[in-house]
Amino acid sequence: MTDLNTSGAAPGPRPKISLMVQDARTKKRNAAERRFRMYGIIAIGIAVLALVSLLTSVVANGSSAFRQTFITMDIYLDPAVLDKKGTGSIEDITKVSTFGYAPLIRSAFETVFEKDNIGVDGLAPKDAADLISPEGSAQLRRYVLANPEEIGDTVSFDFLAGGRIDGYYKGRVTMASAELDSNVSPSQLKLADQLKDAGVLRTKFNLDFLTNADASENRPEAAGLGVAILGSLYMMMVVLVLALPIGVAASIYLEEFAPKNRWTDIIEVNIANLAAVPSIVFGILGLAIFINFAGLPKSAPIVGGLVLTLMTLPTIIIATRASLKSVPPSIRSAALGIGASKMQTVFHHVLPLALPGILTGTIIGLAQALGETAPLLLIGMVAFVRDFPGAPPEGLFDPAAALPVQVYNWTQRADPAFVERAQGAIITLLVFLLIMNTVAIILRRRFERRW
Amino acid sequence: MSAGLILLVVILIALAGFFLGRRRAMVSVGGDPRKLHSLPGYYGQTVFIFAAAPALLLFAVWALLQPLYVENRVSGLIDPADIAEGSSLSLVMADVRRIGDGIDFLVLNSGQSETDIASMDAAEVDVRKLLAGVGVALGSDVNRSVFEAAKAFRGTNQTLHIVRAAVVILASLASSLFAYSRLTPEYRARNVTEAAIKALLIMCSTVAILTTVGIVFSLVFETFHFFQMYPAKDFFFNFVWNPQFRGGSDLGILPLLWGTLYVSFIALLFAVPIGLMAAIYTAEYASPMVRSFVKPAIEVLAGIPTIVYGLFALVTVGPLLRDYFAQPLGLGNSSSSVMTAGVVMGIMLIPFVSSLSDDVINAVPQSMRDGSAAIGATHSETVRKVILPAALPGIVGAILLAASRAIGETMIVVLGAGAAAKISANPFEAMTTITVKIVSQLTGDTEFASPETLVAFALGLSLFVVTLGLNIVALIIVRKYREQYE
Repeated sequence: MTDLNTSGAAPGPRPKISLMVQDARTKKRNAAERRFRMYGIIAIGIAVLALVSLLTSVVANGSSAFRQTFITMDIYLDPAVLDKKGTGSIEDITKVSTFGYAPLIRSAFETVFEKDNIGVDGLAPKDAADLISPEGSAQLRRYVLANPEEIGDTVSFDFLAGGRIDGYYKGRVTMASAELDSNVSPSQLKLADQLKDAGVLRTKFNLDFLTNADASENRPEAAGLGVAILGSLYMMMVVLVLALPIGVAASIYLEEFAPKNRWTDIIEVNIANLAAVPSIVFGILGLAIFINFAGLPKSAPIVGGLVLTLMTLPTIIIATRASLKSVPPSIRSAALGIGASKMQTVFHHVLPLALPGILTGTIIGLAQALGETAPLLLIGMVAFVRDFPGAPPEGLFDPAAALPVQVYNWTQRADPAFVERAQGAIITLLVFLLIMNTVAIILRRRFERRW
Repeated sequence: MSAGLILLVVILIALAGFFLGRRRAMVSVGGDPRKLHSLPGYYGQTVFIFAAAPALLLFAVWALLQPLYVENRVSGLIDPADIAEGSSLSLVMADVRRIGDGIDFLVLNSGQSETDIASMDAAEVDVRKLLAGVGVALGSDVNRSVFEAAKAFRGTNQTLHIVRAAVVILASLASSLFAYSRLTPEYRARNVTEAAIKALLIMCSTVAILTTVGIVFSLVFETFHFFQMYPAKDFFFNFVWNPQFRGGSDLGILPLLWGTLYVSFIALLFAVPIGLMAAIYTAEYASPMVRSFVKPAIEVLAGIPTIVYGLFALVTVGPLLRDYFAQPLGLGNSSSSVMTAGVVMGIMLIPFVSSLSDDVINAVPQSMRDGSAAIGATHSETVRKVILPAALPGIVGAILLAASRAIGETMIVVLGAGAAAKISANPFEAMTTITVKIVSQLTGDTEFASPETLVAFALGLSLFVVTLGLNIVALIIVRKYREQYE
């Protein structure tokens, strides 16, 4: 405060202080400042690193699910096998079981061996035919039943290679691991390599992954997401049809009409709490109320949709209220001033202006609902479903799967090929979420007005 | 008459009512709408509402009451001697319903006429085989009284469906005629419609309350059942979790609670410092450019579904922790562990902590920063000594909300933490949580009315109470804090 030396004693030599030279304490404080800043950068680094490694892990492990190894074969549809009586009637052809088609594939392999002069010693044609997925005979049978007139012809087919063969070309199976594996032998892998050189075996883009139904435990190569995508789509339809009108109506009441009293206070606290209730509790609610009490079918998209609606409502209500709040009171006053009723003011003027915000909130709520897994497990969506649900509205009551539940389902299976499928399903899920969020951002950027 | 058809008819009546009502209003003033109290459309809407609302309400009430009534009547027809040992009336009633549906198929598909069915006697015809032929599989042979009950069930339902159609459509017609007859130029049609719309809005806003009531009701109801079969004392204080298929299970919540808290603790240990420092850096230090990149990147983490984190834990983090930490340190060789689930859940919680703290830090008035800088504090000293204490209640609230999130999280622990219920201090061991056991008990094959299944509801109730408590405490803290600066 002052330079005066009040003690009256002779002033001793003053310590030399310069702003140009930092003393020890300042150095310490500055170092603390730098450290603190560094902590912040490290924290952000960890968060970003986590995001990057999460996404890389998914993409690196999952992108191969969209590629699949196929074996192209010319199959002679032998009348002696498929139509023993020679009547050509569809009943007789239907009698030949899937198992009965295996010899056709076997003999096709023999033809290939002779023509291209390949083959591995000690590998019988039957073992060679195991290169093809068990789905192959079923595929053949479906084709013959659809085109019975082609019996006797030679037709070219793209068969899925077995899961282990496919894994060999994706690095999941090696010669060493095949040695220990009862499902595949090293000589089969050698044969696969020869077939690849001959151009019979190829790895190519596999759109069937997105359209096929789920497949059983021992044929991961045929498993697809079709039923799951359709089921998720149905549930999103239910959520949109129910949650948007109910949510908007509830928000309009709370924001524009509700008197400030105990009742509306209870509603508001309720909505805030529902937003924070663990999702699995909603699953219990669905099981107890919709399935056990109301008697709706298990695994049905309608039940999933209802549960997700209840979960999404708080999100939509909160977004809608924020959006209604941001419409300036001058709009309301102007409308009331020229004689509109309160209801007309809200529906003719406030709501249209709040619409972009409401839609953005709705899309974000839908995106949340799309990724939700836990409640769907409890209402039985985890069941193995092979059949596509019918068209809505009846189809809403058919059993179906859902995208995130399909991921969980596949992780619970023994064959590691299913983990690749699960990662592929996650890529699909993330792409859907990305599209929805992008649409939400575009909506907000283009239509939201700042007052 | 099917439900869809009835609804369609009601809507058609309502639409017709709309146009007729509007026309009547216009005709009554000779085509000059200025003489009407309300705009002409409102007169139409009034008739529309009167035509639709009471009929639909009646329809909904009917749909709720009819099964109760039929069930009550038909169950009286079943001979108590026909209820097999180990079975119950409700199981037999389920059979009755299925047989009733099966007879419908029989009439549709196999050409049996209604009189054939009426004269069919379960003592002479193998009903089970007959129904199996049309794709309705039954668990046991059909007794005579059960079959008669099924026929009565079907007959009552058919009659009631016809009555329902008549009653609903008549109600719609009557009430729309009533509304129509009251339309005069002075009639306050706008006020009537607006009151109806407001009632609809209020109904929608109570859905939130109904949901909460539904949650509490379903949890408490089944938990009560559970405690009738299994003593509450054992549930809360037993240190063993060991469900058995044939009863005699140990269903203590303590090991699950330990796993839940341990995983959540590790998750918070990971998420809170990182989230908080990230929030401080973006709010206080980062240039607008950096902020515009970092904030969305962290928020993306919040938008990723938890199943993705779960798979990340299962496929990447689990094996990584096992190979580089657990095995070299000799702490175990399980890839699913408390640590795996905790770390991955921590990543999930980072955006939660950071965005909430970011809001709180930004809410601290600039004058406090300026004051601190003016007396010579460095930026970090300002943050540590001024901003953080001021923002502390909000930050604590954020942490509590994150904790409640962590406790209720399901998919990450299902895929990352394991299924073994035990109490251990080793974070590299597989443990299990409340949510994992809710999933496994409710998706298993055990019978619904057994304590092994019902325990899931008791677990769910405990979870609900704990998370609700945390949320309320967090809300109170945040609210109190807000009042200081506004």
